[in-house]
Amino acid sequence: MIWQLDLILLPLVIICAIAAITVRDLFSATVLLGAFSFLMCMLWAEMGAVDVAFTEAAVGAGVSTAFFIAAVFVTTRRTKD
Amino acid sequence: MITPLENIIIKTLCRLLIPFIQLFGLYVIVHGHGSPGGGFQGGCILAASFVLVVVAFDLPEAKRRFSEKLNNIFCSLGVFIYAWTGWMCLLLGANFLDYGILNKILPVNPVMARYYGMFSIEVGVGITVMAIMVSLFLDLVTGGKHEEALDE
Repeated sequence: MIWQLDLILLPLVIICAIAAITVRDLFSATVLLGAFSFLMCMLWAEMGAVDVAFTEAAVGAGVSTAFFIAAVFVTTRRTKD
Repeated sequence: MITPLENIIIKTLCRLLIPFIQLFGLYVIVHGHGSPGGGFQGGCILAASFVLVVVAFDLPEAKRRFSEKLNNIFCSLGVFIYAWTGWMCLLLGANFLDYGILNKILPVNPVMARYYGMFSIEVGVGITVMAIMVSLFLDLVTGGKHEEALDE
């Protein structure tokens, strides 16, 4: 564990998570969720869980972001609520 | 939904990048039992290369390269490899997926038989995960209309 790296990464994770659920634009929410996944991937790699970090990078930041973008394309871009 | 892009930079870059992404996916699958990675991650990387084909070119072009029918065959081929490896162990008298017994039919010792058993499991998982991820992406991108998307 490197606490300096934790101190940088953890506030960014929290900011990305809060921004992803408060932003009105669904496309921006998708991109913020991808950034959240990538930051979580770096956090896990930093904690020594390389396999989990690899899965998070491949699934969370890679494929599921593409899925969300494909889903946003067939719905409306902005949320109504 | 996805219209063909007339951007030479994106097309050329994706044409250069996609073989290396697929090579990395195969590397992750093949080295899954010895290092971080494995069938699931490698299959996701292979599926991401297909997503890049759809984004860079258009959907009919991507389906011409990797058709829906071939995808369905791959989808069940991976499950077949996984289940057949397990059943081979069962038929030779050990438990399901107890690879050590495979040295009766492979010309190796039990340790290396375990190695090759795990390898074939990873290959099966990788093929199925790739096919399912591609199928999910095609479902999402066409809104569930599979073959009609070819005629648009």
